[in-house]
Amino acid sequence: MVDLLNDLLFDYTIRNVALGAAVLGVVGGVLGSFAILRRQGLFGDALAHATLPGVCVAFILSGAKSPAVLLSGAALSAGLGALLILTVVNRTRIKQDAALGIVLSVFFGAGTVLLTYIGRSGSGDQSGLDRFIFGQAATIVRDDVVTMGILAALALLVVALLFKEFKLLSFDPAFAASLGFPVARLNVLLTLLIVVAVIVGIQAVGVVLMAAMLIIPAAAARQWTDGLGAMVVISSLFGAFSGVSGALISATGANLPTGPLIVLCATALLVLSLFLGRSRGFLWGWIGSRQNRREALRSSDPSIPYGGGA
Amino acid sequence: MKPQNLEAPTTDASPLEVRGITAAYRDKPVLWDVSFRVPEGQLVAIVGPNGAGKTTLLKIIMGLMEPAAGRATVYGRPFSKARQWVGYVPQRGSVDWDFPTNALDVVQMGLYGRLGWFRRPGRRERETAMECLAKVGMADFAGRQISQLSGGQQQRVFLARALAQDARLYLTDEPFAGVDYKTEQAIVALLRELKASGRTVVVVHHDLGTVGDYFDRVVLLNKGVVAEGPVEEAFTPENVAAAYGGTVAYLAGAERGWSNG
Amino acid sequence: MSADLIIVLTAVLVAVPCALLGTLLVLRQMAMMGDAISHAVLPGIVLAFFISESLGSLTSLIGAGIFGLLTAVLVETLRNTGRVKEDSSIGIVFTALFALGVFLVSKFARDVHLDLNHVLYGEIAFAPLNSLIVGGQDLGPRSLWTLGIVTALAVGMVLLLYKELKIATFDPGLAAAVGLSPVFVHYLLMGAVSVTTVGAFDSVGAILVVAFLIVPPATAYLLTERLWTMMSLAVLLGAGSACVGYYLAAVLDVAIAGMMAVVAGGFFVLALLISPSRGLVADLLRQHRNRRSFARDLLVSKLAGLGERANEEELVRHLSWESSDFSRVLRDAMHSGLVLRPATQEVALTDKGREAACNTAVTCV
Repeated sequence: MVDLLNDLLFDYTIRNVALGAAVLGVVGGVLGSFAILRRQGLFGDALAHATLPGVCVAFILSGAKSPAVLLSGAALSAGLGALLILTVVNRTRIKQDAALGIVLSVFFGAGTVLLTYIGRSGSGDQSGLDRFIFGQAATIVRDDVVTMGILAALALLVVALLFKEFKLLSFDPAFAASLGFPVARLNVLLTLLIVVAVIVGIQAVGVVLMAAMLIIPAAAARQWTDGLGAMVVISSLFGAFSGVSGALISATGANLPTGPLIVLCATALLVLSLFLGRSRGFLWGWIGSRQNRREALRSSDPSIPYGGGA
Repeated sequence: MKPQNLEAPTTDASPLEVRGITAAYRDKPVLWDVSFRVPEGQLVAIVGPNGAGKTTLLKIIMGLMEPAAGRATVYGRPFSKARQWVGYVPQRGSVDWDFPTNALDVVQMGLYGRLGWFRRPGRRERETAMECLAKVGMADFAGRQISQLSGGQQQRVFLARALAQDARLYLTDEPFAGVDYKTEQAIVALLRELKASGRTVVVVHHDLGTVGDYFDRVVLLNKGVVAEGPVEEAFTPENVAAAYGGTVAYLAGAERGWSNG
Repeated sequence: MSADLIIVLTAVLVAVPCALLGTLLVLRQMAMMGDAISHAVLPGIVLAFFISESLGSLTSLIGAGIFGLLTAVLVETLRNTGRVKEDSSIGIVFTALFALGVFLVSKFARDVHLDLNHVLYGEIAFAPLNSLIVGGQDLGPRSLWTLGIVTALAVGMVLLLYKELKIATFDPGLAAAVGLSPVFVHYLLMGAVSVTTVGAFDSVGAILVVAFLIVPPATAYLLTERLWTMMSLAVLLGAGSACVGYYLAAVLDVAIAGMMAVVAGGFFVLALLISPSRGLVADLLRQHRNRRSFARDLLVSKLAGLGERANEEELVRHLSWESSDFSRVLRDAMHSGLVLRPATQEVALTDKGREAACNTAVTCV
């Protein structure tokens, strides 16, 4: 344990990985809170898959594997995917789940096509681009952390500024519209912030597991509080904790992949929260109902002693 | 979006005037040439069978939907220029009550329009919200998570939110649906108080039996306006039958003779 | 059999069961369960590998099938706690299971040829090369056998249980009333999806399975409302995507499965734009047409209300339209024979117009 903390503080590589994972945890937790309340949790899955063609195109056009370029490509194609999903849901009878699946599979399919095109043209090895599937948190370097940090900070700043607007939008969009808030545009903004979270996250945990970092910490946080502000804070803490734990544990041995470990830590937190959560956990619910029963028995007839009677 | 001011409208125009509103879903009209005017200080019920376009009408009035023809004005202006005088109470079922927030927080949302962008609700807003909760008898529930409220309590919270808006014209969508008797009486009392202070309340109403008791005017809607006017004149069995198509059997109204009290 | 034909046939045999099952998924708004199952079966495949020490199709199928059902069970369990929403439950379960799978592979199966990329993309190009050998006899491409059986099962299920599936999907109330358990139908569907997913992995990988499960049925949904038509269209679209996709991939020398997904997406976009009933183009045209006909009908019914003949100015005032709009609509109405001009500045209803006014009025005198 002491060794771990030692590593965390002094080992350059581990520190970067842990920091990067923490940043991911925070931004995923904050935006994920809004996402799951608006039933947009699976947007993370779809949009993460939708980044692949953008990354490929960025690589093809720029010929370089610079993270900034690739991430911009990822952001653009994920953003495009997000807009397509919203458009399809708003303008056709196709429901959200199908729209997510369409964008997910078609964009990703296009990405694999482009990957083979790149591989064929011999202009670079696929494995570097391939890592988007599973993430390669273990290779996060200082620059990556800085980039992630800046993007995350920007996203969090927007959320902080527009907190009450997003809260109202998530709870009662019709009322929000009647007050004059531009609901459609706020909707798009919030969805694009999820794109930012996805961009930050896929480097660490990869495409498939990105959805987890948006959904799981937020779902866990929900079990502990009935206020949105508290939920957002707890969610970001849970996310950061999962990120750092996953990073540290994976550093303790060989062949321990960071991304999956982060997700497994978050899942463990969720299961714990489901049982112990203050406001909704099973344990408290069970205790609460036993107390209620006791109260009811006691108050209904004072002559009957608690615990039994004729 | 500018923060809203609290001045009253200075005009003789009606709180709500609807002219020739026509709207369609795909090829079928759901509203056809709907015209009526709501005078100030009245409690008005809009009734009609399901699918008669009542909620659509509200959406068009609030500028949330474009009609195929016609227009609606609030105090002589389009809704977007008259927002500060209108309070909207959506259907209770249109919202997910599992959302992590409490009653006080929901009521504070009524003040967001006044706050404008970015500003957070502060102590003044909290106090105003508490007052509104007290007015609907929910002061003790201020900190209660909204999923733990009963249907009637949730409806009261929505009304408290509307009160916080301090509007001149209220548009409410089925506020009496699914509430217990006590809450229903409380809501009626609240509406009458609003009327006494000179405000106007338009209610999309679902219960024919209580139209005569609660409201001054009625608009019978079935795609088009079947009848409209003071309850004694417009809410006749013939008109109701025409609006609902076929015989509508209900005893209460007929026996009471359509009087208002 | 030529290699090309085998590959296309394999893909078609993926497209068909996916189209049938996917139609039900889309209609029941469970499309993402398809995505979830196709990822969550990974630990199942890994565990089957540990147990059987081989990557044989049968053991993988069983292991993955179990995990597919497990996914569905876990999602329902999580949702039924009342503390997690449906889409969140799906996301939680499949990512946790997938994470578990990747973890197991990395930790314990690293040396062995369990290529995760293979699981995700499959490699359909190898289909002609993997033969099914039973008792020393070469029975032909393994993929065709596996998928042939899967297709037969899926088609059989849909044909046999068509009525039940239809009722359970469109009218759960009626289903309950006739004793058809919605839970049973749900798990049956999930089980079928699991088996199909796993059967197809080897050939086309998880992503194309998801594409075939969702995109052709969604495209069909844009074109029709009726279940049988929708399923047939989905099958045609899926098979078409397979053929066209393979052709393009061969010509451009790119990923086959990915290209098929792209083509399926292309069909979707096409339907989105030009679907006669629900396409965007049709919508625009309809809006325009409605505006015109409504305006005309309004003019006619207003005129009827004014006693079938009125001064133009009066009519304009009653309609509260701009005079330019009014002129246009008046011309339209005259052109349709609904009104005429008996004198300057006067408008009157024709017989045809009177009839039309009656048709659009709420109450007709």
